[in-house]
Amino acid sequence: MSQLLCRNAALGYEGRAVVQNLNFEVNEGDYLCIVGENGSGKSTLIKALLGLKNPMSGEICMGDGLEADGIGYLPQQTVVQKDFPASVSEIVLSGCLGRFGWHPFYKKAEKHMAEENMEKLGIAHLAKRCYRELSGGQQQRVLLARALCATRSMLLLDEPVSGLDPVAVQEMYDLLEKLNHEEKITIIMVSHDIRAAVTYADHILHISEEPLFFGTKEDYMESTTGKAYLAVTGGGRHA
Amino acid sequence: MLEVVGMYFGYPFVRRAMLVGILIALSSSLLGVSLVLKRFSFIGDGLSHVAFGAMAVATVLDVTNDTAVVLPVTVACAVLLLRTGQNAKLKGDAVIAMISVGALACGYLLLNLFSKSANLSGDVCSTLFGSTAILTLSVFDVWLCMVMSLLVVMIFTVFYHRIFAVTFDETFALATGMKADRYNLLIAVVTASVIVLAMKLVGSLLISALIIFPALSAMRLFRSFRGVILASAVLSVFCAVLGIFLSILVSTPVGATIVCMNIAVFTLCSLLEVCIRR
Repeated sequence: MSQLLCRNAALGYEGRAVVQNLNFEVNEGDYLCIVGENGSGKSTLIKALLGLKNPMSGEICMGDGLEADGIGYLPQQTVVQKDFPASVSEIVLSGCLGRFGWHPFYKKAEKHMAEENMEKLGIAHLAKRCYRELSGGQQQRVLLARALCATRSMLLLDEPVSGLDPVAVQEMYDLLEKLNHEEKITIIMVSHDIRAAVTYADHILHISEEPLFFGTKEDYMESTTGKAYLAVTGGGRHA
Repeated sequence: MLEVVGMYFGYPFVRRAMLVGILIALSSSLLGVSLVLKRFSFIGDGLSHVAFGAMAVATVLDVTNDTAVVLPVTVACAVLLLRTGQNAKLKGDAVIAMISVGALACGYLLLNLFSKSANLSGDVCSTLFGSTAILTLSVFDVWLCMVMSLLVVMIFTVFYHRIFAVTFDETFALATGMKADRYNLLIAVVTASVIVLAMKLVGSLLISALIIFPALSAMRLFRSFRGVILASAVLSVFCAVLGIFLSILVSTPVGATIVCMNIAVFTLCSLLEVCIRR
Protein backbone atom coordinates (compact mmCIF):
# COMPACT_ATOMS: atom_id res chain seq x y z
CA MET A 1 0.00 0.00 0.00
CA SER A 2 1.22 3.49 -0.73
CA GLN A 3 2.12 5.94 2.03
CA LEU A 4 -0.10 8.64 0.68
CA LEU A 5 -2.98 8.37 -1.73
CA CYS A 6 -4.98 11.26 -3.06
CA ARG A 7 -8.16 10.31 -4.90
CA ASN A 8 -10.28 12.87 -6.78
CA ALA A 9 -9.65 15.38 -4.03
CA ALA A 10 -10.88 18.97 -4.34
CA LEU A 11 -9.46 21.59 -2.01
CA GLY A 12 -10.58 25.12 -1.38
CA TYR A 13 -12.02 27.72 0.92
CA GLU A 14 -15.61 28.56 1.72
CA GLY A 15 -17.05 26.27 -0.92
CA ARG A 16 -14.83 27.53 -3.72
CA ALA A 17 -12.36 24.99 -5.02
CA VAL A 18 -8.77 26.09 -5.56
CA VAL A 19 -7.61 22.73 -6.85
CA GLN A 20 -9.72 19.81 -7.98
CA ASN A 21 -9.41 16.36 -9.45
CA LEU A 22 -6.22 15.74 -7.55
CA ASN A 23 -5.03 12.21 -8.13
CA PHE A 24 -1.61 11.08 -7.06
CA GLU A 25 0.14 8.62 -4.84
CA VAL A 26 3.39 8.59 -2.95
CA ASN A 27 5.26 5.42 -2.06
CA GLU A 28 7.94 4.86 0.49
CA GLY A 29 11.26 6.33 -0.60
CA ASP A 30 9.76 8.54 -3.32
CA TYR A 31 11.00 12.05 -3.97
CA LEU A 32 8.03 14.07 -5.17
CA CYS A 33 8.24 17.66 -6.23
CA ILE A 34 5.10 19.78 -6.36
CA VAL A 35 5.40 22.70 -8.77
CA GLY A 36 2.99 25.35 -9.95
CA GLU A 37 2.49 29.09 -10.12
CA ASN A 38 1.69 31.26 -7.12
CA GLY A 39 -1.91 30.86 -6.06
CA SER A 40 -2.25 27.51 -7.77
CA GLY A 41 -3.16 25.86 -4.48
CA LYS A 42 0.19 24.54 -3.30
CA SER A 43 -0.14 25.81 0.24
CA THR A 44 -3.73 24.57 0.42
CA LEU A 45 -2.49 21.15 -0.62
CA ILE A 46 0.17 21.25 2.10
CA LYS A 47 -2.46 21.99 4.74
CA ALA A 48 -4.56 19.13 3.49
CA LEU A 49 -1.62 16.71 3.56
CA LEU A 50 -0.83 17.74 7.13
CA GLY A 51 -4.41 17.03 8.11
CA LEU A 52 -5.11 20.66 9.00
CA LYS A 53 -7.75 20.94 6.31
CA ASN A 54 -10.29 18.47 5.03
CA PRO A 55 -10.77 18.02 1.31
CA MET A 56 -14.10 19.35 -0.01
CA SER A 57 -14.62 16.13 -1.86
CA GLY A 58 -12.60 13.05 -2.66
CA GLU A 59 -10.14 11.70 -0.14
CA ILE A 60 -6.56 11.78 1.06
CA CYS A 61 -5.48 8.56 2.75
CA MET A 62 -2.37 7.68 4.64
CA GLY A 63 -1.04 4.13 4.74
CA ASP A 64 2.10 2.17 5.56
CA GLY A 65 2.02 3.25 9.21
CA LEU A 66 2.02 6.93 8.34
CA GLU A 67 -0.30 9.32 10.17
CA ALA A 68 -0.98 12.94 9.20
CA ASP A 69 0.75 14.14 12.38
CA GLY A 70 3.69 11.83 11.68
CA ILE A 71 4.83 13.88 8.70
CA GLY A 72 7.94 15.93 9.33
CA TYR A 73 7.05 19.42 8.17
CA LEU A 74 9.48 22.16 7.19
CA PRO A 75 7.42 25.36 7.00
CA GLN A 76 8.50 28.64 5.50
CA GLN A 77 10.14 30.93 8.02
CA THR A 78 7.91 33.43 9.78
CA VAL A 79 8.70 36.97 10.89
CA VAL A 80 8.41 35.91 14.52
CA GLN A 81 11.30 33.49 14.14
CA LYS A 82 13.74 36.02 12.75
CA ASP A 83 14.44 37.54 16.18
CA PHE A 84 13.39 34.67 18.40
CA PRO A 85 15.71 33.99 21.32
CA ALA A 86 16.08 30.23 21.27
CA SER A 87 19.01 27.87 21.17
CA VAL A 88 19.35 25.35 18.37
CA SER A 89 18.84 22.39 20.68
CA GLU A 90 15.65 23.88 22.13
CA ILE A 91 14.20 24.17 18.64
CA VAL A 92 15.26 20.73 17.45
CA LEU A 93 13.87 19.12 20.61
CA SER A 94 10.51 20.75 20.06
CA GLY A 95 10.11 18.46 17.06
CA CYS A 96 9.68 15.54 19.48
CA LEU A 97 6.70 17.13 21.22
CA GLY A 98 4.02 15.70 18.97
CA ARG A 99 4.75 12.13 19.90
CA PHE A 100 5.31 12.19 23.60
CA GLY A 101 1.81 12.41 24.95
CA TRP A 102 1.27 14.07 28.28
CA HIS A 103 4.72 14.12 29.83
CA PRO A 104 5.70 17.66 30.75
CA PHE A 105 9.42 17.20 30.12
CA TYR A 106 11.73 15.59 27.60
CA LYS A 107 13.21 12.23 28.44
CA LYS A 108 16.52 10.63 27.45
CA ALA A 109 15.09 9.08 24.30
CA GLU A 110 13.95 12.45 22.93
CA LYS A 111 17.22 14.18 23.77
CA HIS A 112 19.14 11.36 22.14
CA MET A 113 16.99 11.59 19.04
CA ALA A 114 17.54 15.34 18.77
CA GLU A 115 21.31 14.89 19.10
CA GLU A 116 21.31 12.18 16.48
CA ASN A 117 19.41 14.34 14.00
CA MET A 118 21.65 17.35 14.62
CA GLU A 119 24.64 15.07 14.01
CA LYS A 120 23.06 13.81 10.79
CA LEU A 121 22.62 17.33 9.44
CA GLY A 122 26.00 18.57 10.59
CA ILE A 123 24.76 21.12 13.10
CA ALA A 124 25.74 19.33 16.32
CA HIS A 125 28.44 21.93 16.98
CA LEU A 126 25.80 24.68 16.87
CA ALA A 127 23.57 23.11 19.55
CA LYS A 128 24.12 25.86 22.11
CA ARG A 129 24.08 28.72 19.63
CA CYS A 130 21.24 31.17 19.25
CA TYR A 131 18.96 30.49 16.30
CA ARG A 132 18.67 34.10 15.14
CA GLU A 133 22.46 34.46 14.85
CA LEU A 134 22.82 31.62 12.35
CA SER A 135 23.03 31.95 8.59
CA GLY A 136 19.98 31.22 6.45
CA GLY A 137 21.31 27.82 5.43
CA GLN A 138 22.09 26.85 9.02
CA GLN A 139 18.63 27.95 10.14
CA GLN A 140 17.01 25.74 7.51
CA ARG A 141 19.08 22.80 8.75
CA VAL A 142 17.89 23.43 12.28
CA LEU A 143 14.27 23.37 11.12
CA LEU A 144 15.00 20.27 9.05
CA ALA A 145 16.46 18.53 12.11
CA ARG A 146 13.31 19.46 14.00
CA ALA A 147 11.18 18.00 11.20
CA LEU A 148 13.22 14.78 11.34
CA CYS A 149 12.44 14.51 15.06
CA ALA A 150 8.76 14.53 14.19
CA THR A 151 8.92 11.74 11.64
CA ARG A 152 10.60 8.51 10.70
CA SER A 153 9.25 8.20 7.23
CA MET A 154 8.15 11.35 5.43
CA LEU A 155 9.30 14.95 5.08
CA LEU A 156 7.10 17.69 3.66
CA LEU A 157 9.07 20.76 2.68
CA ASP A 158 7.58 24.12 1.79
CA GLU A 159 9.96 26.08 -0.44
CA PRO A 160 13.01 24.87 1.50
CA VAL A 161 15.53 26.91 -0.46
CA SER A 162 13.79 30.26 -0.83
CA GLY A 163 15.97 33.09 0.38
CA LEU A 164 19.14 31.00 0.56
CA ASP A 165 22.39 31.84 -1.20
CA PRO A 166 23.50 29.51 -4.03
CA VAL A 167 25.98 27.56 -1.91
CA ALA A 168 23.40 26.95 0.81
CA VAL A 169 20.84 25.96 -1.83
CA GLN A 170 23.18 23.31 -3.20
CA GLU A 171 23.97 22.03 0.31
CA MET A 172 20.28 21.78 1.09
CA TYR A 173 19.58 19.74 -2.04
CA ASP A 174 22.52 17.44 -1.36
CA LEU A 175 21.30 16.92 2.18
CA LEU A 176 17.79 16.06 1.02
CA GLU A 177 19.16 13.65 -1.58
CA LYS A 178 21.22 11.95 1.10
CA LEU A 179 18.23 11.61 3.43
CA ASN A 180 16.17 10.22 0.57
CA HIS A 181 18.79 7.68 -0.57
CA GLU A 182 20.45 6.63 2.66
CA GLU A 183 17.65 6.92 5.18
CA LYS A 184 14.89 5.98 2.72
CA ILE A 185 12.86 8.98 3.87
CA THR A 186 10.06 9.95 1.52
CA ILE A 187 10.35 13.55 0.44
CA ILE A 188 7.57 15.80 -0.77
CA MET A 189 8.87 19.22 -1.72
CA VAL A 190 6.92 22.24 -2.84
CA SER A 191 9.18 24.38 -4.96
CA HIS A 192 9.47 27.14 -7.50
CA ASP A 193 12.80 25.78 -8.57
CA ILE A 194 11.77 23.65 -11.54
CA ARG A 195 15.36 22.97 -12.60
CA ALA A 196 16.17 21.43 -9.25
CA ALA A 197 12.85 19.60 -9.30
CA VAL A 198 13.69 17.77 -12.49
CA THR A 199 17.26 17.17 -11.32
CA TYR A 200 16.57 15.66 -7.90
CA ALA A 201 12.97 14.45 -7.78
CA ASP A 202 11.76 11.21 -9.25
CA HIS A 203 8.11 12.28 -9.49
CA ILE A 204 6.55 15.59 -10.39
CA LEU A 205 3.11 16.92 -9.55
CA HIS A 206 2.34 20.06 -11.52
CA ILE A 207 -0.79 21.76 -10.24
CA SER A 208 -2.86 24.72 -11.22
CA GLU A 209 -6.65 24.80 -11.00
CA GLU A 210 -6.62 21.31 -12.32
CA PRO A 211 -3.67 19.04 -11.76
CA LEU A 212 -1.97 19.34 -15.09
CA PHE A 213 0.48 16.56 -14.58
CA PHE A 214 1.43 13.76 -12.26
CA GLY A 215 4.04 11.18 -13.13
CA THR A 216 7.71 10.42 -13.17
CA LYS A 217 10.26 13.08 -13.89
CA GLU A 218 11.16 11.53 -17.24
CA ASP A 219 7.56 11.60 -18.42
CA TYR A 220 7.20 15.15 -17.17
CA MET A 221 10.09 16.39 -19.25
CA GLU A 222 8.49 14.84 -22.31
CA SER A 223 5.00 16.16 -21.56
CA THR A 224 3.62 19.34 -23.07
CA THR A 225 3.01 20.88 -19.63
CA GLY A 226 6.54 20.13 -18.54
CA LYS A 227 8.14 21.36 -21.73
CA ALA A 228 6.20 24.60 -21.66
CA TYR A 229 6.90 25.24 -17.98
CA LEU A 230 10.57 24.39 -18.29
CA ALA A 231 10.93 26.71 -21.24
CA VAL A 232 9.39 29.63 -19.34
CA THR A 233 10.87 29.22 -15.90
CA GLY A 234 13.86 27.00 -16.26
CA GLY A 235 16.43 29.33 -17.74
CA GLY A 236 19.13 28.04 -15.42
CA ARG A 237 17.78 30.20 -12.63
CA HIS A 238 17.78 28.87 -9.08
CA ALA A 239 14.85 30.75 -7.62
CA MET B 1 17.05 54.31 56.36
CA LEU B 2 16.99 50.71 57.54
CA GLU B 3 15.02 51.79 60.56
CA VAL B 4 12.38 53.40 58.42
CA VAL B 5 12.10 50.27 56.29
CA GLY B 6 12.01 48.15 59.43
CA MET B 7 9.26 50.27 60.86
CA TYR B 8 7.17 49.99 57.73
CA PHE B 9 7.64 46.27 57.60
CA GLY B 10 6.25 46.07 61.10
CA TYR B 11 2.86 46.71 59.53
CA PRO B 12 1.16 43.59 58.14
CA PHE B 13 -0.28 45.45 55.14
CA VAL B 14 3.19 46.47 53.98
CA ARG B 15 4.40 42.88 54.21
CA ARG B 16 1.31 41.80 52.27
CA ALA B 17 1.99 44.39 49.61
CA MET B 18 5.55 43.13 49.22
CA LEU B 19 4.45 39.51 48.93
CA VAL B 20 1.75 40.31 46.40
CA GLY B 21 4.14 42.53 44.46
CA ILE B 22 6.71 39.75 44.13
CA LEU B 23 4.12 37.17 43.09
CA ILE B 24 2.53 39.41 40.49
CA ALA B 25 5.89 40.45 39.10
CA LEU B 26 6.85 36.79 38.79
CA SER B 27 3.72 35.64 36.99
CA SER B 28 3.46 38.61 34.67
CA SER B 29 7.09 38.27 33.59
CA LEU B 30 6.63 34.58 32.72
CA LEU B 31 3.66 35.41 30.52
CA GLY B 32 5.35 38.43 29.06
CA VAL B 33 8.01 36.44 27.22
CA SER B 34 5.44 34.47 25.30
CA LEU B 35 3.21 37.48 24.60
CA VAL B 36 6.04 39.68 23.36
CA LEU B 37 7.40 36.96 21.10
CA LYS B 38 3.97 36.20 19.68
CA ARG B 39 3.52 39.91 18.93
CA PHE B 40 0.67 40.10 21.41
CA SER B 41 2.07 42.87 23.59
CA PHE B 42 -1.01 44.99 23.02
CA ILE B 43 -3.42 42.34 24.24
CA GLY B 44 -2.18 43.03 27.75
CA ASP B 45 -2.82 46.71 27.27
CA GLY B 46 -6.29 46.18 25.84
CA LEU B 47 -7.30 43.78 28.58
CA SER B 48 -6.17 46.13 31.31
CA HIS B 49 -8.51 48.78 29.96
CA VAL B 50 -11.31 46.26 29.88
CA ALA B 51 -10.52 45.47 33.49
CA PHE B 52 -10.86 49.18 34.29
CA GLY B 53 -14.28 49.27 32.64
CA ALA B 54 -15.38 46.20 34.58
CA MET B 55 -14.06 47.73 37.78
CA ALA B 56 -16.17 50.82 37.13
CA VAL B 57 -19.25 48.69 36.68
CA ALA B 58 -18.48 46.84 39.90
CA THR B 59 -18.07 50.14 41.76
CA VAL B 60 -21.34 51.50 40.42
CA LEU B 61 -23.18 48.32 41.33
CA ASP B 62 -21.64 48.52 44.78
CA VAL B 63 -20.28 44.98 44.66
CA THR B 64 -18.31 44.28 47.82
CA ASN B 65 -15.82 42.01 46.15
CA ASP B 66 -15.01 43.62 42.82
CA THR B 67 -12.57 40.91 41.71
CA ALA B 68 -15.54 38.57 41.35
CA VAL B 69 -16.92 40.85 38.61
CA VAL B 70 -13.72 42.02 36.99
CA LEU B 71 -12.07 38.62 36.59
CA PRO B 72 -14.79 36.86 34.55
CA VAL B 73 -15.38 39.90 32.33
CA THR B 74 -11.70 40.27 31.53
CA VAL B 75 -11.24 36.56 30.87
CA ALA B 76 -14.25 36.60 28.55
CA CYS B 77 -12.75 39.54 26.67
CA ALA B 78 -9.42 37.76 26.36
CA VAL B 79 -11.11 34.79 24.76
CA LEU B 80 -13.08 37.09 22.47
CA LEU B 81 -9.98 39.01 21.39
CA LEU B 82 -8.19 35.81 20.56
CA ARG B 83 -11.10 34.51 18.52
CA THR B 84 -11.42 37.68 16.48
CA GLY B 85 -7.67 37.69 16.00
CA GLN B 86 -8.03 34.54 13.92
CA ASN B 87 -11.02 35.83 12.01
CA ALA B 88 -9.67 38.35 9.56
CA LYS B 89 -12.79 40.48 9.07
CA LEU B 90 -11.76 42.96 11.74
CA LYS B 91 -8.00 43.09 12.08
CA GLY B 92 -6.63 42.03 15.45
CA ASP B 93 -4.92 45.26 16.41
CA ALA B 94 -7.92 47.36 15.43
CA VAL B 95 -10.20 45.23 17.58
CA ILE B 96 -7.86 45.58 20.54
CA ALA B 97 -7.69 49.35 20.12
CA MET B 98 -11.46 49.57 19.81
CA ILE B 99 -12.22 47.46 22.86
CA SER B 100 -9.61 49.10 25.04
CA VAL B 101 -10.61 52.68 24.32
CA GLY B 102 -14.29 51.77 24.46
CA ALA B 103 -13.95 50.14 27.86
CA LEU B 104 -11.99 53.08 29.19
CA ALA B 105 -14.55 55.61 28.01
CA CYS B 106 -17.59 53.65 29.19
CA GLY B 107 -15.98 52.97 32.54
CA TYR B 108 -15.24 56.60 33.18
CA LEU B 109 -18.69 57.66 32.00
CA LEU B 110 -20.39 55.16 34.31
CA LEU B 111 -18.35 56.31 37.27
CA ASN B 112 -19.22 59.92 36.55
CA LEU B 113 -22.93 59.28 36.17
CA PHE B 114 -23.55 56.92 39.05
CA SER B 115 -20.72 57.10 41.53
CA LYS B 116 -21.67 57.86 45.12
CA SER B 117 -18.08 58.51 46.11
CA ALA B 118 -17.12 62.00 47.21
CA ASN B 119 -13.68 61.78 45.64
CA LEU B 120 -14.37 60.60 42.10
CA SER B 121 -11.15 61.69 40.43
CA GLY B 122 -9.20 60.13 43.28
CA ASP B 123 -10.96 56.81 42.73
CA VAL B 124 -10.36 56.89 38.99
CA CYS B 125 -6.75 57.85 39.49
CA SER B 126 -6.07 55.02 41.88
CA THR B 127 -7.71 52.51 39.54
CA LEU B 128 -5.65 53.75 36.62
CA PHE B 129 -2.34 54.20 38.39
CA GLY B 130 -2.63 51.92 41.38
CA SER B 131 -1.31 54.56 43.78
CA THR B 132 -2.27 53.37 47.25
CA ALA B 133 -4.50 50.46 46.36
CA ILE B 134 -1.78 47.97 47.13
CA LEU B 135 -1.64 49.07 50.75
CA THR B 136 -5.33 48.40 51.21
CA LEU B 137 -5.22 44.78 50.11
CA SER B 138 -7.57 42.52 51.99
CA VAL B 139 -6.49 39.11 53.24
CA PHE B 140 -8.74 37.60 50.58
CA ASP B 141 -6.88 39.49 47.84
CA VAL B 142 -3.57 38.20 49.13
CA TRP B 143 -4.79 34.61 49.16
CA LEU B 144 -6.32 34.93 45.72
CA CYS B 145 -3.09 36.38 44.44
CA MET B 146 -1.01 33.59 45.99
CA VAL B 147 -3.21 30.87 44.55
CA MET B 148 -3.27 32.47 41.09
CA SER B 149 0.47 33.04 40.99
CA LEU B 150 1.10 29.49 42.05
CA LEU B 151 -1.23 28.34 39.27
CA VAL B 152 0.56 30.48 36.70
CA VAL B 153 3.97 29.14 37.73
CA MET B 154 2.65 25.57 37.67
CA ILE B 155 0.99 25.97 34.28
CA PHE B 156 4.20 27.43 32.97
CA THR B 157 6.36 24.62 34.30
CA VAL B 158 4.10 21.83 33.12
CA PHE B 159 3.46 23.31 29.66
CA TYR B 160 6.85 24.96 29.27
CA HIS B 161 7.95 23.00 26.22
CA ARG B 162 4.56 23.21 24.57
CA ILE B 163 4.34 26.94 25.14
CA PHE B 164 7.75 27.22 23.55
CA ALA B 165 6.66 25.20 20.53
CA VAL B 166 3.45 27.14 20.02
CA THR B 167 5.23 30.47 20.44
CA PHE B 168 8.08 29.63 18.11
CA ASP B 169 6.13 28.03 15.30
CA GLU B 170 2.40 27.55 15.50
CA THR B 171 2.05 25.91 12.08
CA PHE B 172 4.63 23.27 12.90
CA ALA B 173 3.04 22.64 16.28
CA LEU B 174 -0.32 22.12 14.56
CA ALA B 175 1.28 19.83 12.01
CA THR B 176 2.69 17.58 14.72
CA GLY B 177 -0.78 17.15 16.13
CA MET B 178 -0.65 19.68 18.96
CA LYS B 179 -3.81 21.58 19.73
CA ALA B 180 -2.23 25.01 19.37
CA ASP B 181 -5.57 26.79 19.79
CA ARG B 182 -5.95 25.39 23.27
CA TYR B 183 -2.58 26.70 24.33
CA ASN B 184 -3.36 30.12 22.90
CA LEU B 185 -6.58 30.09 24.84
CA LEU B 186 -4.75 29.04 27.98
CA ILE B 187 -2.27 31.87 27.56
CA ALA B 188 -5.09 34.39 27.01
CA VAL B 189 -7.04 33.26 30.08
CA VAL B 190 -3.98 33.30 32.30
CA THR B 191 -3.01 36.72 30.96
CA ALA B 192 -6.42 38.10 31.79
CA SER B 193 -6.23 36.72 35.32
CA VAL B 194 -2.77 38.12 35.93
CA ILE B 195 -3.87 41.52 34.66
CA VAL B 196 -6.82 41.65 37.03
CA LEU B 197 -4.54 40.80 39.94
CA ALA B 198 -1.84 43.21 38.85
CA MET B 199 -4.37 46.04 38.67
CA LYS B 200 -4.20 46.31 42.45
CA LEU B 201 -0.46 46.73 42.31
CA VAL B 202 0.27 49.11 39.47
CA GLY B 203 -3.15 50.18 38.26
CA SER B 204 -4.69 49.34 34.93
CA LEU B 205 -2.74 51.81 32.80
CA LEU B 206 0.67 50.52 33.82
CA ILE B 207 0.13 46.77 33.73
CA SER B 208 1.53 46.27 30.24
CA ALA B 209 4.83 47.56 31.58
CA LEU B 210 5.03 44.67 34.04
CA ILE B 211 4.32 42.25 31.23
CA ILE B 212 6.59 43.52 28.48
CA PHE B 213 9.55 45.23 30.14
CA PRO B 214 11.12 42.24 31.92
CA ALA B 215 10.81 40.13 28.77
CA LEU B 216 12.36 42.82 26.58
CA SER B 217 15.19 43.42 29.05
CA ALA B 218 15.95 39.71 29.27
CA MET B 219 15.95 39.43 25.48
CA ARG B 220 18.72 42.02 25.27
CA LEU B 221 21.05 39.74 27.17
CA PHE B 222 20.02 36.13 26.69
CA ARG B 223 20.08 33.95 23.63
CA SER B 224 18.00 30.93 24.63
CA PHE B 225 14.34 30.67 25.52
CA ARG B 226 15.08 29.20 28.93
CA GLY B 227 17.61 31.94 29.64
CA VAL B 228 15.16 34.66 28.64
CA ILE B 229 12.35 33.23 30.80
CA LEU B 230 14.54 32.85 33.88
CA ALA B 231 16.19 36.24 33.48
CA SER B 232 12.85 37.88 32.88
CA ALA B 233 11.46 36.42 36.12
CA VAL B 234 14.52 37.47 38.13
CA LEU B 235 14.62 41.00 36.70
CA SER B 236 10.90 41.47 37.22
CA VAL B 237 10.97 40.42 40.88
CA PHE B 238 14.09 42.52 41.46
CA CYS B 239 12.38 45.62 40.00
CA ALA B 240 9.22 45.02 42.01
CA VAL B 241 11.09 44.65 45.31
CA LEU B 242 13.29 47.66 44.66
CA GLY B 243 10.33 49.70 43.46
CA ILE B 244 8.22 48.94 46.52
CA PHE B 245 11.16 49.79 48.85
CA LEU B 246 11.80 53.04 47.06
CA SER B 247 8.16 54.04 47.02
CA ILE B 248 7.99 53.49 50.78
CA LEU B 249 11.18 55.45 51.46
CA VAL B 250 10.49 58.40 49.17
CA SER B 251 6.71 58.02 49.34
CA THR B 252 6.15 57.87 45.58
CA PRO B 253 3.25 55.97 43.93
CA VAL B 254 4.05 52.24 43.99
CA GLY B 255 3.04 51.36 40.43
CA ALA B 256 4.86 54.18 38.72
CA THR B 257 8.01 53.53 40.77
CA ILE B 258 8.08 49.86 39.81
CA VAL B 259 7.59 50.72 36.15
CA CYS B 260 10.41 53.28 36.30
CA MET B 261 12.65 50.61 37.81
CA ASN B 262 11.78 48.39 34.87
CA ILE B 263 12.62 51.16 32.43
CA ALA B 264 15.97 51.70 34.13
CA VAL B 265 16.78 47.99 33.99
CA PHE B 266 15.77 47.86 30.34
CA THR B 267 18.09 50.78 29.53
CA LEU B 268 20.89 49.12 31.45
CA CYS B 269 20.38 45.82 29.62
CA SER B 270 20.35 47.58 26.25
CA LEU B 271 23.62 49.33 27.08
CA LEU B 272 25.14 46.05 28.25
CA GLU B 273 24.08 44.40 25.01
CA VAL B 274 25.85 47.08 22.99
CA CYS B 275 28.99 46.62 25.09
CA ILE B 276 28.93 42.84 24.67
CA ARG B 277 28.42 43.05 20.92
CA ARG B 278 31.49 45.25 20.47
